[in-house]
Order: sequence, then structure tokens, then C-alpha cells
Amino acid sequence: MASTKKINLPEEKLKKLGDELVTQISRKQNPSMKFQTRALSNIKYSKQTKRLELGKSMTERSFFNLGHSKKFLQTLEVAAVTKNLLKEEKHASLRDVFYQVKRTIPHTNVNIVDEQAESDSVIEDLELITGLSREQLNINANKNGSIAGKVIIEDRGDIIDWSKMGSGGWSVPSNVEDIKFKKVDAKFILYMEKAAVWERLHEDKFWNKHNCIIMSSQGQTTRGVRRLLQRFYEEYNLPIYVLADLDPWGFYIYSVIKYGSIALAHMSEKLTIQSVRFLGITVEDIKEYGLEKHLIKLKDVDINRIDQLMNYDWFKDNKAWQKQLIELKKLKAKAEIQALSARGISFISEKYLPEKIKKGEFLD
Amino acid sequence: MQTKLSEEKQEVEFAIEQAKKQREISISEFFTKNRHLLGFDNPLKAVSTAIKEGVDNSLDACEEADILPEIIVEVKQTTPERFIVIIEDNGPGIIKIQIPKIFGKLLYGSKFHKLSQSRGQQGIGISAAALYGQLTTGKPIKITSRIGKNQPAHYYELLLDTSKNEPEITKEEEVQWAREHGTRVEIEMEGKYQRGKRSVSEYMKYTAVANPHAKLTLIEPDNTKIDYPRATEVSPIKPKEIKPHPEGVELGNLINMLKSTESRTLQSFLTNEFSRISPKTAKEICDLANIPLNSRPSRIAKQEADNLLQSIRKTKFIAPPTDCLSPIGEDALTKSLQKEFDAEFHVAFTRPASVYRGNPFVVEAGIAYGGNLSKEDSAEIIRFANRVPLQYQQGACAITKSIMSTNWRQYGLQQSSGNVPIGPLIIVVHIASVWVPFTSESKESIAHYPEMIKEIKLALQECGRQLNKYIRKHVQAKEERERVNLFEKYIPELAASISKLSETSKTEIEENLKQILTKQLKIINAENGLDKED
Repeated sequence: MASTKKINLPEEKLKKLGDELVTQISRKQNPSMKFQTRALSNIKYSKQTKRLELGKSMTERSFFNLGHSKKFLQTLEVAAVTKNLLKEEKHASLRDVFYQVKRTIPHTNVNIVDEQAESDSVIEDLELITGLSREQLNINANKNGSIAGKVIIEDRGDIIDWSKMGSGGWSVPSNVEDIKFKKVDAKFILYMEKAAVWERLHEDKFWNKHNCIIMSSQGQTTRGVRRLLQRFYEEYNLPIYVLADLDPWGFYIYSVIKYGSIALAHMSEKLTIQSVRFLGITVEDIKEYGLEKHLIKLKDVDINRIDQLMNYDWFKDNKAWQKQLIELKKLKAKAEIQALSARGISFISEKYLPEKIKKGEFLD
Repeated sequence: MQTKLSEEKQEVEFAIEQAKKQREISISEFFTKNRHLLGFDNPLKAVSTAIKEGVDNSLDACEEADILPEIIVEVKQTTPERFIVIIEDNGPGIIKIQIPKIFGKLLYGSKFHKLSQSRGQQGIGISAAALYGQLTTGKPIKITSRIGKNQPAHYYELLLDTSKNEPEITKEEEVQWAREHGTRVEIEMEGKYQRGKRSVSEYMKYTAVANPHAKLTLIEPDNTKIDYPRATEVSPIKPKEIKPHPEGVELGNLINMLKSTESRTLQSFLTNEFSRISPKTAKEICDLANIPLNSRPSRIAKQEADNLLQSIRKTKFIAPPTDCLSPIGEDALTKSLQKEFDAEFHVAFTRPASVYRGNPFVVEAGIAYGGNLSKEDSAEIIRFANRVPLQYQQGACAITKSIMSTNWRQYGLQQSSGNVPIGPLIIVVHIASVWVPFTSESKESIAHYPEMIKEIKLALQECGRQLNKYIRKHVQAKEERERVNLFEKYIPELAASISKLSETSKTEIEENLKQILTKQLKIINAENGLDKED
């Protein structure tokens, strides 16, 4: 019974939203919804929590306002769709939701939504309005990333052994909330920016030799991956190391996992991991591992991005990171993780990583 | 030697032959060869020019006699290329002995020698039309005129002797005529009759706009009758004659005036023949020119006219009197526009009188906007000089230039820079002056005097500001309708969503939302700053 009640909670919250609006409307008030402003201007870095958080500024969205009217309608259309999902206990992708909402309003040439970006944005607003995450609203993003390690989990009644997932590994779904960890035999987690590097380490059975979990999601880290990392940290206190390119974009991947992102500042609490540390590639690695001849020249966009990172509140007072950024700028070049392959195809798994972990050379 | 002598003889004989051919060319002959100057250069234009000259005369005559004009214009087709043009008015009529001279002699008129605002100026118009008819059909001009109830009506048929510039009377009789007073002119001519741009009906419509006190009727060749009723029963103020203002005088003119004056001293010449020269100013001019005040004007004409002119140029004068002008008036012009153009908004402005080269002038502008006027086309430009519509050479005219160099975008219209604005718009500009500076004798476009362009633009800007107010209100009303529309369309959708969320009745939510819409509209308008008057 207890679990049933928990499942119904999001549905109750949506009903409450509907009830509030009905009350306003029956009082002949302009129906409106208030929620924290989700804009760059309202995002702050908290030194206490060491996270990106939303500020106190509030947005009021009301129906009888020319600028809000359509968004207001979109928000409630999406809310109605999610309520239905919850009722029927079904999950939908962001794309599904878009098509559930997309239609032409009768007698007009106006569509409720024209592009998925509109429904996606409204879903994020709905998270703020209801205090429910997208996953709690039964909306999933595409599964992403790969994982391997000596871990056994239970997902929707299936028992899955991450050490027996063949060449592809296990894909991380966007909603990892209901996954149960059955057995975790790992000393740390290695998260990497590149899927190709993950494949290299998987082929070399790195996770087996070093008793760890290897994880990647191509490019920006998805919510599911971030939440999973956080759960491992919180439930098993596993150290997490990030392996990314030596460039501002690689640094930022680490930054998002650790401090949170601007787009998901309202979810920071559920997605950020304080203890995450940066393993490489560092500026020092270039000399140490003889990568001088395998660098790529920095472009203007790279340099601008370095300057931006240097001024972020969470990097500004961090001497180690300032040093990396300054040196990178001086170097005028960047290094990809795969540059290590120049020293031999398994150089990364046999020499670079074991040495780095042994020496404990991490950036925090 | 023999050969050479005979060659010389031949040359001499040739020269004598040539000399026989060379003789004084009469004015009539000159105009025969230069009919384009008078507006008779093509069959289409010929018909409308003849009508224009006739109507101008009728309107001027009525105005001078303080009669509210009623003019009937009729065009009949006799053969595929021939038309009879008839202009009949209720004017004061013409006394018997004047009839042949007015219609059968070029450059005969009463208006050429005086300075006042009038339609015709050179007195070549109607007799030129008669001459054109005579040249193309051989038929005489037919005139009926009567000056009063107790007077007989006279009927004349006249031809014009082109070598002598004298009328040749081919028929003359007293006739019965229903009209108490008035004149009827009938000219048969080669021509063409069309509808649309630059047509006779367009001319009549425009003339009705510029003469709100006139009642016009047009009977077209297919018997279509178009009435142009009066917009006002008030006759325009009769323009006063004025003497030339010294600022505009030119040397040739000054010499002629000095020669023909009856004044015996230079001082009395200056004070009598010009406006705004007091005896004191006359003395100043003479002192400056170093010419004695009591010099004989005829002597000055020969020797010191240039010197005198220079002194006049250096002297400052009070602006000329402006009671010589008779603008249409803001109210009358607005009423005219309302009557003739099916639009939503009509406005007109009359500027205060101004001066160019000593000639007083007044600019008036009017605008008709919206309604059935075409939204995609350039604005229709209607130009008037002394209440006469100008239908040709629009591109060369100072009015067109002023319209194109006014920024209409600031008044809410579309305009690519330096062009005529685009939109459901008619722009009317009237220039009234004792001497309208036309670019040529055909009197189709106005010369580019900076003083005049400035005044035209000021008048247009005033109209533009009023138009902008209207457009903004109009657009505002339209936007409000669209908003109501949008909300109305959204309401059922929103009600459905909220109903699903709250699990309550959709109908009730929808009804309540509709009620809020009515209430909210006022607030929304206020929030968007759309409830303000300006």
C-alpha cells in the first residue's frame, strides 16, 4: 500500500495545480502560476552547498497576458498529458510528449507547439511549478551512455549483471530512480567524456583488473548518468574520477557533474556530486606522458571559453584550476584523451590510468 | 567664266525665292505648329484639354460674378475618331461683341495683365481648343451665350484665321435659350475617349474636389451620366487683384513697367505700380541707386533700370498682401474628399500664406485613407494649381517631389525611401498663387522652388500627424479584436486541460474564463499602453 501511495503523489500534485487554477478562475481572477525564474540572471553559485542554485526571483505566468498566454496554455497541456501518463502508469519520451501536445487549435492556424524545444522547455517549467522531476512525471529522455563493472542491479523486476553485458555494456536510462543496487563490488568509478575511450577500457577489461565501474555518455552528461553517479556516491561512498579532454569543454563536463548546470540549476541537489575529482588529461600530463607532438591548436572559441571558465565563481578561487586554465592558454593547444593512443593502443589502460590512480594525482 | 556666272545667278535667284517664303509668322501659326505646348499633342489628351479649358473658364466666370457654378460637360461621338465636346454653364454670359474675340482669337483675355489667383492665365486655352477642332475637322466652334433674363441669347459659329489671328464669323444669330444666363460652347474635334487614369471623368472628379462649391455633371459618349454634387453652398472668397510685389520683379518686366506707366516721377511710379512700397521706402531705393526721386520713369527705363533693380533687390519689404488668394479651405476640402472618395479617414490642412519671389501663395494638403482604397498600391497623388487638377507630368512636379521626400513611415505608412508611400491613401495638394510657377506652358507641373517645397512638406506633415493618430487608433482597435479572438480560441483548450488536471467540469471553467476575458481586456489594454488617446 505504501508504494502505491508514493506513485500517486505526483498525480496528486498535478491535481492540486488544477484545483488552484479552478479556484482562481471561479473567483474571476486572471489564472496564474508562480515559480522560480529559470534564467541565467537568477542562477547563483552557492559557496555553502558548492552548487549552482536558482535565486529567489519568481516568474508569474498568467493566461490573460499577451506575452504569456500561449506558454500558459502549453504548460497546462503538458501538465494534462503527464497526469494521464501517471494515471495509466506509462512513460513517454520528450518526443512523445511533443506529439501529444502538438495540434492546431480549431479555427486558427496556431499550433499549441511548433517545435520540441517548446514542449521541452515547458516540461522544465513544470518541474519547478510542481516540484516534481521530469522522471517523476514519467517523462524520459533517450537512454544514453554505457556502463560496465562488477555490479548487479534490479530494474523493473529484471536482474542485470553489469559484468555480463557483452561488448556494448549497459545503457543508462534517463530515469534511474527505481533501480535497486543488489551487489556493488567496486572501489571507484571512472567516468569518461568519450564513448570510444570507454570501449577501449572495456575491451581491456580495465574494470575487472582495477575493480571499478567505467561509465561514459557521449558529450554532455545526461541527467540519468548524473543521478546514477550521485546515487553511487551517496549509497556506496564510491570515489568518482572524471577523464576528459584537456580543453575548456572537457573541464566543463567535470564542472557540470560537480557543481551543476545552468539549465538544470533547479535540480542541482539531485544531480551534483561534491566529491568528484578530475583525473586527466591535465596540463602536466603532456610532458609526463610525451604528448607534445599530439596536440591540437586552440581556436578563438576555445580561448573565449577558457576566459569564461576562469571567471566562474567556482573556479575563480581555485588555485589548481586557475593554474590549469592559465597553462592551457599559454600552451595554445589542447589534447584529446585519445592522444594517449599515440603511445600505444592500450597505453591508457596499462600505463596512464594505473599510474595516475596510484600516484593519486587528481584535481579537485 | 561662263559657268561661274550662271552659278552666281542661280544662287541669287534661290535667295530671292527664300526671301519670298520668309514672312512674319503669326501667333496662330506658331501655336498650330506647337500644339503640344497647349495640351493638344494626342487625341486622348485633346478631348480632356478642351474640356479642361472650357470648365476653367466657366468656373472663373462664375466666381467673378458670384454665382454658384453649375456646369454640364457632354461628350458625343460622331465617328470613330470624332467627338463633339460641349461645356455649358450658368455663368454671367458674354456680351455679344466679345464673343468672337474670346473664342476666335488667341491670347485674348482679361487675366493676362492682372495679378490675382485665377485658373486660366494666358487666354489661349479655349480658342486653342477651337483651333484644334478646326484643324482636325474643319468645323467651326459653336457658342451660345446670354447675359440676362431680359437679354437675347446669341449664337455664333466661328473659325479662326490662323494667318491673321482674327476670328472669322461663319454664322451669327439670336436664338431661344431656356437659360437666363450662361454660356454653351460646342467644339467638334478628332479625339479619343477613355476611362481610368487621366480620363475626363478623373478630371471632373478632381475638379469637384478642388471646387466644393461647384455642381458638375458629365455625360459620357455612351450616355452615362455622372453627377458631382456640391460639398458646400458657400462660394469661395473672391480673390483680390494685387500689384506686383517688388521682390519678384525682373529687369525686362521693370523696363516695360517704367515705359508704360502714367506716373510722372520715379517715386510715384514705385508707390503706385508696386505693392508694399511706401513713399519712404521709395526714397530709400532711389537714394541707394543714386537716382533722383523726381526722375522721369521713361528715362530711367533706358539708362538706369538695371541700377534701380539692384537697389530694389537690396531693400527689404513687407511680405505681399495675401487677400489675393482664395484657398479651398480645410473644412470644404475635407468635405470634398469625403464626398468623392469612399475612405475611412479624411483630413485637410491649409497653411498660412507664404511668399516666393514676391508672389504670395498658399499650400493646402488633404488625405483620404482606408476604406475601399487599394492597400498594395502607391498612394494616389492629386495635384491642384489654383483649383485646377494637374493630370500630366506628375514625376516632374514639386508636389510629387515633396511627397516623396516626406518620411511617411513615421506616420505608420509603408514607404521605400525617396518614393511615394504605399497604402490605401490619396494625397491631395493644392497650391494657390497669383503666379503659379509652372515648368512649361502646358501648365502640367510645378517648378521646384525651395519655399514652395518647404510649405508643401509642412502641410503634408500636418496631415501625416493626423493620419498617424487615426492609424494608431485603428491598428489598436484591430489588435484588440485579434487579442480577443486569440483568447477566445485558447479558452476551450485551456479549459479542457484544467478540467483534466482538476477533474472538474470543463463547461464551468470555460464559462468563467469567458467572463474573465471580458473583465481582463480593459486591464490588458491598460498594461499594453493602448488605452491612451494619443
